Amino acid sequence: MITKRIIPCLDVKDGRVVKGVNFLGLADVSSPVKLAKFYSESGADELVFYDITASAEGRALFTDILREVAKTIFIPLTVGGGINSVEDFDRVLKCGADKVSVNSGAIRNPELISLAAQKYGNQCVVISADIKRVDGTFRVFAKGGREDTGMEAISWIKKCVANGAGEVVVNSIDTDGVKRGFDIEMLKAVREAVNVPVIASGGAGCIQDFVTLFKEIPDMDAGLAASIFHFGEVQISDLKRELAENDIIVRL
Amino acid sequence: MIAVIDYGVGNLFSLSSSLDMIGAKSVITSDAEQIRKADKIILPGVGAFADAIKKLREKGLDKLIIDEAKKGKPIMGICLGMQLLFEKSYEYGEHTGLGLLKGSVVPMQGIIPTELKIPHIGWNALHIKAKHPIFKYIKENDYVYFVHSYFATDCEDSLLATTEYGAELTSAVALDNVTGCQFHPEKSGDIGLSILRAFDEWEATK
Repeated sequence: MITKRIIPCLDVKDGRVVKGVNFLGLADVSSPVKLAKFYSESGADELVFYDITASAEGRALFTDILREVAKTIFIPLTVGGGINSVEDFDRVLKCGADKVSVNSGAIRNPELISLAAQKYGNQCVVISADIKRVDGTFRVFAKGGREDTGMEAISWIKKCVANGAGEVVVNSIDTDGVKRGFDIEMLKAVREAVNVPVIASGGAGCIQDFVTLFKEIPDMDAGLAASIFHFGEVQISDLKRELAENDIIVRL
Repeated sequence: MIAVIDYGVGNLFSLSSSLDMIGAKSVITSDAEQIRKADKIILPGVGAFADAIKKLREKGLDKLIIDEAKKGKPIMGICLGMQLLFEKSYEYGEHTGLGLLKGSVVPMQGIIPTELKIPHIGWNALHIKAKHPIFKYIKENDYVYFVHSYFATDCEDSLLATTEYGAELTSAVALDNVTGCQFHPEKSGDIGLSILRAFDEWEATK
């Protein structure tokens, strides 16, 4: 049967991997190419590269790095950050990306998802949503979690999937960087609302958090994390062994 | 030299990089002379069947591939490229394929349980049904990466491996020199690279 996926996420700025706590206070971690190779060898099922640079030079550096990664690592690569147009899809797909994740770009221009899906297929388009509880509702945030869009998250995600997004990344701002576990309540709400793969993000602090995720929500497709992998707190090989021991199907 | 057929369907960057990685000499081409001179052919492809077969025909590549296959040249179709090797596809209508393998391509919808998502995307296990040189490094239950909504059926004579996803789906085929993978070897880590390596090393005799 199809496996649950474990996905390390690499935030890249000026050619280096960074990770913030609650999106603030960035700390330099490692070389993207070295880290990607390390993850691939330790059993990562997929890699997400997130470009958090704003400058044109930073963007060019990012695509150079992506190309280098895609020449040495042969597992699926998803790329996000700064994707605002179909031309941006084209730019990263040509460098070896398999899927492209859109976030603020889709909020500014909801047509982007349908245009990209028509051109590259639904399987290529990932909607990534940063979600936070505001007055008891799930709200979509833009600009790396800094700006409340006022939009209700579940209906936003349903709309994106209806427009052609083939996969959803749910990043809970409430649990991101806190390392006390995934946001089970929020993830369940999204999982029940759509019929495409959902990737859980934000809050993983230890191996048990992944076990809890897949036990609490058996049809969750993947778990994504950054800092716990970058700093070696959790080894992907140990994590997958533990999942297998808990009868969760993984690629060993 | 492996000729990777370029007919404007999908991105060949990863496939070309993976062939470089295993030290296989390859060229991305739509040139008839280059394809004729090559020792082997890889037919890649993502997207819709009808559009892909139309593009092959427009470039005259359909006949060329069929001729080369009949001469005994090893061919590997990947993903949609594998589906094109069959007689027919029922993806949005009914379309004629290259007909190098017996069988047809049908939608998963209506065959697999409705709670399973389509496309079938992700890592899934291979169940080996036959022996073939392209699988010389492959073991039962090795995992490979899939992205597809249609699959080949009625292809018992070429069936090499199946994969479980609500039904037993064809995941690899091989009949003499004509082979294909429904999954993406260029995205399936070391297992995928070992299939490409076996294809490169294979000296077909016919």
